[in-house]
Amino acid sequence: MGSGTREKFDNPVVDWVDERLPIFTLMQREYGVFPTPKNFNYFWNFGAILMFMLVVMIVTGLFLAMHYTANTELAFDAVERIMRDVNGGWLMRYIHMNGASFFFIAVYLHIFRGMYYGSYKAPREILWILGVVIFLLMMGTAFIGYVLPWGQMSLWGATVITNLFSAIPVVGEYIVTLLWGGFSVDNPTLTRFFALHFLLPFVIFAVVFLHVWALHVTGSNNPLGIDTKGPQDTLPFHPYYTMKDTFGLIVFLIAYAAVIFFFPNSLGHPDNYIPADPLVTPAHIVPEWYFLPFYAMLRAITFDIGVPFTDIVIISAKLGGVIVMFSSILIWVVLPWLDSHPIRSAKYRPIFQKLILILLVDFIFLGYLGAEAADAKYFGIPVNYFGLAATAYYFLFFLVFLPVLSKLEKGREMPPSINEAVTSKGH
Amino acid sequence: MTDTADKADNENRRDFLQLTAAGMGAVGAVAAAAPLVNSLNPAADTLALSTIEVDISGIPVGESRTVFWQGKPVFIRHRTEEEIKEAQDVDVSALSDKQTDEERVQKPEWLIAVGICTHLGCVPNGSKSTEPRGEYGGWLCPCHGSHYDTSGRIRKGPAPKNLPVPKYEFISDTVVKIG
Repeated sequence: MGSGTREKFDNPVVDWVDERLPIFTLMQREYGVFPTPKNFNYFWNFGAILMFMLVVMIVTGLFLAMHYTANTELAFDAVERIMRDVNGGWLMRYIHMNGASFFFIAVYLHIFRGMYYGSYKAPREILWILGVVIFLLMMGTAFIGYVLPWGQMSLWGATVITNLFSAIPVVGEYIVTLLWGGFSVDNPTLTRFFALHFLLPFVIFAVVFLHVWALHVTGSNNPLGIDTKGPQDTLPFHPYYTMKDTFGLIVFLIAYAAVIFFFPNSLGHPDNYIPADPLVTPAHIVPEWYFLPFYAMLRAITFDIGVPFTDIVIISAKLGGVIVMFSSILIWVVLPWLDSHPIRSAKYRPIFQKLILILLVDFIFLGYLGAEAADAKYFGIPVNYFGLAATAYYFLFFLVFLPVLSKLEKGREMPPSINEAVTSKGH
Repeated sequence: MTDTADKADNENRRDFLQLTAAGMGAVGAVAAAAPLVNSLNPAADTLALSTIEVDISGIPVGESRTVFWQGKPVFIRHRTEEEIKEAQDVDVSALSDKQTDEERVQKPEWLIAVGICTHLGCVPNGSKSTEPRGEYGGWLCPCHGSHYDTSGRIRKGPAPKNLPVPKYEFISDTVVKIG
């Protein structure tokens, strides 16, 4: 960053600063002339959208924190005061609350884009793994943030999720007591969750920095999944992609603003407007929509795994569900090695293309199942069996289909370069 | 010849010094982190709220009262004759968490158990006779459908264990001390 040749800037002040701290040179190199594949489609907008959302969440969160009190006696009322009395408080809270949902909409599309076009493959493995780390941090941050208003879903969602750790053999109970700072989710839990909810976004920011750094080392993947071979395949980032990203961001913000102003509570659960009560469990505990697919996988495991014909249980149903849920995300870390097929983009892999689109439907279906009551039935069949089948497909895709396809799938014929592919179509 | 041997020797020494220094650094970091992590454990005032005394004379047969102990609900159930008989007649070897009713109560008519589902910590329904009590007449957890019997033992559903019995003693016929 510090060395290398530097071009002079016309503005003398800019040049004076740049000579001492080459920040303008850095920006010019990484965001001005940065060579970017010229065939991006709109799926490549979500990186910029996510960066924007992270800033929105940090800024609105900072101002909400100035009006919030992390105490079980006061938290619910503090949030209601923000909604009713603080100037513009309702707007800040609705931006922040729905911002979490839109953050997850964007990140899910961003992740699926990466999977569909093979962006996780060499040389972008570290870039991909950093993305998985960011996603896990986002999930943690969103979960503890949902606890802060101290409504019924806050308390009981926190109770269910922290209890997952009690499934860990031997030390589970101690870990849960340590997380709670007591014998149930209570004031000590709320105060530490607030502290962490303030901290984690900055940790995310730091990992995002590494993620973008890694991206700028390898360069972006593209819808064809073939490497850029020279200037004929690329465009400078500015103005071409600054414009395209801005346009995509505006479309995204229109949808986001529509929800903030017209349906601000449609993505939440009404029970969270009831103050937390440790003696009454809501009839139907559901996490926020963005956790539902994983919640469905957790609930799908209702059987113990043990030594056949004995009572010896090796993995209880509870531990099994927890393992399945966490593995469903951690499996993404090894995705670059599960799928070693030389072709990146699904566009040139007919079988992979169909299977990953089925995976998308499967994942959405899991989300649908996660919102059902535990004892619901479809066509007289308990909903758990559907959850189990959908979970099975999810893991089969990663653990069986991808390795097998890596060896056997015959790809479609690939164009020799990005330039020839896009110009032959008349662009 | 001696030069290279010297160099190799030096490198070994240097490796050793680096490893021990890094090792001590790691020990120091863990030692510094320990009190911070320990501060997350229950504080003295949280621990101090650990016993309560409850007057049970007002609980009618067939009903229970839920009391608050250590931030958790505790069910005190005044069991009917049939409920006691049902709890005692169960074939223990068929249970997933094997406990006889005698191991779980001090006086057969009083069942005292922590009202937290051992699956993921919800409060099961069934303390009031008007609530759904599940297929075994005890409690039914609304979250993921765990059924408990009249001894608070898990009979069906995802929960792995029986409702835990807290430490308690009868101070008199009508007062029980929990904790």
